[in-house]
Amino acid sequence: MSTKYKGLALLIVFLAALPLAMTNPYLYDVAIRIALNAVIVIGLNLLIGYTGQISLGHAGFLGIGAYATGILTTQFSWPPVLALLAGAAAAGALAFAIARPILKLKGHYLAMATLGLGIIISIVITNEIQYTGGPDGISVPPLSLAGLELSGDKSWYAAVSILLVVVTWLALNLIDSPAGRALQAIHGSEVASQVAGVQTTKVKVRIFVVSAIVASFVGSLSAHYVAFITPGLSGFFHSIELVTMVVVGGMASIFGSIVGAVILTTLPQLLSTFEGWETVVFGAILMATMIFLPKGIVPTLAAKFRKGDSQ
Amino acid sequence: MSQLVVKSLSKEFGGVKAVQDVSFTIQGGTVHSVIGPNGAGKTTLFNLITGIYTPTTGSIEFEGESVAGAAPFDLARLGMSRTFQNLQVCMNMSAIENVMVGAHLRLSQSLLASLLHLPALRKADRKCRDEAAELMQFVGVGDYRNAHANQMPYGALKRLEIARALAAKPRMILLDEPAAGLNDTETHQIEALIRKIAESDITVVLVEHDMKLVMNLSDHILVLDYGKKLAEGTAAQVRENPDVIAAYLGASA
Repeated sequence: MSTKYKGLALLIVFLAALPLAMTNPYLYDVAIRIALNAVIVIGLNLLIGYTGQISLGHAGFLGIGAYATGILTTQFSWPPVLALLAGAAAAGALAFAIARPILKLKGHYLAMATLGLGIIISIVITNEIQYTGGPDGISVPPLSLAGLELSGDKSWYAAVSILLVVVTWLALNLIDSPAGRALQAIHGSEVASQVAGVQTTKVKVRIFVVSAIVASFVGSLSAHYVAFITPGLSGFFHSIELVTMVVVGGMASIFGSIVGAVILTTLPQLLSTFEGWETVVFGAILMATMIFLPKGIVPTLAAKFRKGDSQ
Repeated sequence: MSQLVVKSLSKEFGGVKAVQDVSFTIQGGTVHSVIGPNGAGKTTLFNLITGIYTPTTGSIEFEGESVAGAAPFDLARLGMSRTFQNLQVCMNMSAIENVMVGAHLRLSQSLLASLLHLPALRKADRKCRDEAAELMQFVGVGDYRNAHANQMPYGALKRLEIARALAAKPRMILLDEPAAGLNDTETHQIEALIRKIAESDITVVLVEHDMKLVMNLSDHILVLDYGKKLAEGTAAQVRENPDVIAAYLGASA
């Protein structure tokens, strides 16, 4: 069995065993948020870690999904699944439309452009009060399909666990395919990948759209789960948080994405005992991680283990 | 038959004329070298032919098709491949994956098939991996089959780039200073490798400073100086050409 399937098997066992350790609804809540974040971060890691294209605006796409769900289900009485698909289609279409001009930019310029995009989406959500409720937010009905309603911590946990396993599997497959190698080749050397026949712009646009759709999809699910959404979820700070998960967990590492989501989601909760100093401690931990594990937690540890094997 | 026809090709960067009015043809199945002092425009010429740069004026025809200003991936589709003077190996990938990237155009890029790892895609990918391993053996880096690119020494990386270029199954390969930075033994090995490539019916276009290598291998040599064509001909003709001697050693009068 290759490392990839070992990791996937480990993930399944872990997710299946975790309920034994989760004694109260609060822990379930944290686990569900982690899994939802992990799914977005896997999509974002395909773009940032594997393809080498930064995006500081992905919370915007998450916001599109969340608000498509919130608005369409409450004000237009759409079924949740249809609203979710509409949100994903809108996020995908927007990503596709802006990807071409935006992905021609490199480095800092790309960061600025995606940052601007996220901010614009966030402003639109904040200002279109008649639909979005503005800064006050709107409530969202539970997720239901064909009369069945997804409710309760355990059902949500089961659903997002399955989602996480499926997305992890799909991402691992993609990375280990010719299309996935094209992504990594663009990161490694754009000119070499072009000479090998990779249509770099097309490939970058495609992965940008995929990661936007994933973010929107999770946005819709999160909206149903938390039942109440505010413009903050589409904001700049949330985008940064998502990128931090990619970087801390490990660029170009699918399992690193999950670890990043675990750490960045649980740390603020664990640090709440520091009363007012939690942001400082949080920042110190992130700095220490980047100084001592510069490639991110999972790739650095994986390299250490490999070295240990050969010695 | 003329595989590549270049007519009055020029490239200007701002006011700098890097390549000026250069014309030449390359016959299929030969080894064709481009030489000249530093800054003569050799790499610029390579970048024009392979679509990295767009020519200011002039035309390039590859196998009868006009390709001036075509993108590198279009040229890849037509059967042209290259290596780089400053290595362009993907250090974020394993050695064999680097070679497999070269086979990009022959493999399915379908997103659905990739996400689901459909059997047909897996089968084609396994075959590609085997072929890549053979190519690594062919260029002499078979020992690095399971290595990561960033674990390989410089000389091996140069060969790995050649393997990647060959993985595209090109009909013409352009090698930009394949012997630069190599010691004598390695240069001999590269020479043998280039000869093997030429024998497998791939046209080789070579930019190289190692004169011994160039003279040993080339069927035809193009000499550039200050972006212009200085001389052209067989190794013997070029060696005797007074203009070439002057350009390399300085004019005597």
